[in-house]
Amino acid sequence: MVKTRVIAILLLAVTALLAFFLWTSEHNPASRFHFRLGLDLKGGTALTYKADVSKIDPSKVSEAMSTLRDVIERRVNLFGVSEPVVQVEAGGVVGSKEAAERLIVELPGVTDIKQAIDLIGKTPLLEFKLVQTVTTALPKLVNGKLEVSVDSASTTQQLVDTGLTGSLLSKASLEFNQNSSAPVVSLEFNSEGKDLFAKITKANIGKPLAIVLDGNVISAPSIREEIKDGKAQITGQFTVKEAQTLVRDLNYGSLPVPVELISTQTIGATLGEKVLNSGVRAGLWGFLIVGLFLILWYRLPGVLAVVALVTYVVIMLTLFKVIPVTITSAGIAGFILSMGMAVDANVLIFERMKEELRNGRALEDAMHEGFARAWLSIRDGNLSGIIASIILFWLGTSLVKGFALTLGIGILVSMFTAIVITRTYLFALGVKSQGGVAKFLFGSGITK
Amino acid sequence: MWVVNHRKILFAIIGTLIVLSLLSFFGWGLHFGIEYTGGSLLEVNYPGGRPDTTVVQSELAPLNLGNYLLQPTGDSSYVLKTGELSETQHEAVKNALSQGGKVTIEEKNFTSIGPVVGSELKRKAIIAIVLVILCIVLFIAFAFRKVSEPVSSWKYGVVAVITLMHDIAIPAGVYGLLVHFHGAQIDILFTTALLAVLGISINDTIVVFDRIRENLRLNREGRGKEPFDQIVGRSLKQTYLRSFNTSFTVILVLFSLFLLGGETTKNFALTLLVGMVAGTYSSIFFASPLLVTLWKAQDKK
Repeated sequence: MVKTRVIAILLLAVTALLAFFLWTSEHNPASRFHFRLGLDLKGGTALTYKADVSKIDPSKVSEAMSTLRDVIERRVNLFGVSEPVVQVEAGGVVGSKEAAERLIVELPGVTDIKQAIDLIGKTPLLEFKLVQTVTTALPKLVNGKLEVSVDSASTTQQLVDTGLTGSLLSKASLEFNQNSSAPVVSLEFNSEGKDLFAKITKANIGKPLAIVLDGNVISAPSIREEIKDGKAQITGQFTVKEAQTLVRDLNYGSLPVPVELISTQTIGATLGEKVLNSGVRAGLWGFLIVGLFLILWYRLPGVLAVVALVTYVVIMLTLFKVIPVTITSAGIAGFILSMGMAVDANVLIFERMKEELRNGRALEDAMHEGFARAWLSIRDGNLSGIIASIILFWLGTSLVKGFALTLGIGILVSMFTAIVITRTYLFALGVKSQGGVAKFLFGSGITK
Repeated sequence: MWVVNHRKILFAIIGTLIVLSLLSFFGWGLHFGIEYTGGSLLEVNYPGGRPDTTVVQSELAPLNLGNYLLQPTGDSSYVLKTGELSETQHEAVKNALSQGGKVTIEEKNFTSIGPVVGSELKRKAIIAIVLVILCIVLFIAFAFRKVSEPVSSWKYGVVAVITLMHDIAIPAGVYGLLVHFHGAQIDILFTTALLAVLGISINDTIVVFDRIRENLRLNREGRGKEPFDQIVGRSLKQTYLRSFNTSFTVILVLFSLFLLGGETTKNFALTLLVGMVAGTYSSIFFASPLLVTLWKAQDKK
């Protein structure tokens, strides 16, 4: 009894501390623990890129994607957007043939998509390709027969991948040709690139090597000799400014895989604020109504359930800050829903308690039985909820993920608050008498 | 209990509701949101008052947007739904909406989704629904594995799933009405709501099943000879109030979310709300009587 009371007081103190933490961290601008609001609540732009990984060895895809993520993150950070999110999302689904890798870039506060797309910058894909001349002879109809004649043969030039790309660069710099003073971009490969470059040049002396930028051949100089030092120059018809941009982009990191913008979303800041405010208001009212219902229906245990629900809210909000969970409109909806579900266990326990009382048990016995016997149905019911939220989280888009995460964490936390906390408080109160007062406090709906 | 005794009438009523819902959902044609089809949605606000639809339409005409949908929304806003727009087209549309810069507009929301993403999301949604249902049957069959007499545990799972199908059919039917009369669309939030209903509405069915499980055990231990249908009836009688109350708290918060929550989650809240109501009555009037029917059917064999 004394032990239960000490634990109850500790629990109350911890709850108060957490509530204090919630309050101060939100009002201290320097705190690391502000609520992290999703784009739909504070406005901003989300860009989804598709990364074409079809030419990459499947075992190296995740490595390439994380390099891509780092490169884009560096670019975004260069422009000083606050709290950008750049994340890789594996798009492949069971049964889909396309191995789709996604890159999602979220830019809070940026509501001008054009600016955002520019901000991520042109995405230079630099490739070195061998030029092969292929002679093909097309069959021709001569006197009703198909014939291949020499004069119809045509030569086409094909570009052949060498595996040497901008991702193997260690440095790019701007130089000027000493004679013509035309801008030249000089490249230096890293050790892997150096070896590959040496191999390619050795094997193909005399043949042209095309320098391809974003699919366009900039120049195709002939290989004169094996180049061992890993240095190359791009001379093209650049203006100084173009050359500068190219050097900048190459140094930020050229992309290891080509990307394509496939979806964009922009949400104005005022809309987001409205959604947030109405979400908070709906949450408050939801809490009040549920609290009122519990107190009116279950009386004293109901009051304790409300205290447990407050604890639930405080723990959940603290987790949102600490994990941190990005709060979206669907996340708020999930949280409000989870408040209604959090008291489910209380309802089951209290009903069971009343039933045991009705069967003539003493109050304390009834309390013990209530908790013990309601447990199985609470466990099975909540587990199915957890199964659903795991699947939702696994398959959902970012909006749905927020909802699923809130729901899943909510179910786990509520099992703790509704069972452990309510139980501790209830036993700590130590109501034992069988008198009229106790009957009133516990026995709503018991006529016997 | 009368619920068990008059189950044929209940089945008829619930069956009718399911058929009506399916008709409402599929009968008027499925209208998918741009998340599922690909396309663009642009919402702009006119702080100085919204111009006439015809004015906006004539401004948009030279852009050759193909099939588009222009809807007034809120006090002074328009929603424009088109095929997928490139960034250049997006700028052109904004320019047209502001009548070449003469009228101030605020862009509240712009979403553009490629068709590949859309069809992929559609597939994911279907996989998710099937997976959740499958996992729940397996889970219930497992949780009730010790009660295989007189009805084997996987039948509890099957009944739970049939009940779940009902629980998502009814909100889908109501959503069908929203789609038809209010221009709502089948979007991500709608599927999310259905999935959440799957996960949550099963709870009160489990409350009743759990009591059946307990009463069966007590009956066996006491060497009682109470037939299965009476045990089901008694279990229902003992639990229908708490089964209702657990859902009622959820319904209360959803109601406040529906009335006070943001515009974006309104249809979402309504779908969940209807799903919860359906889940509540189905656990009492549908799931348990169905269990008795399955028991009777195996008895005849």
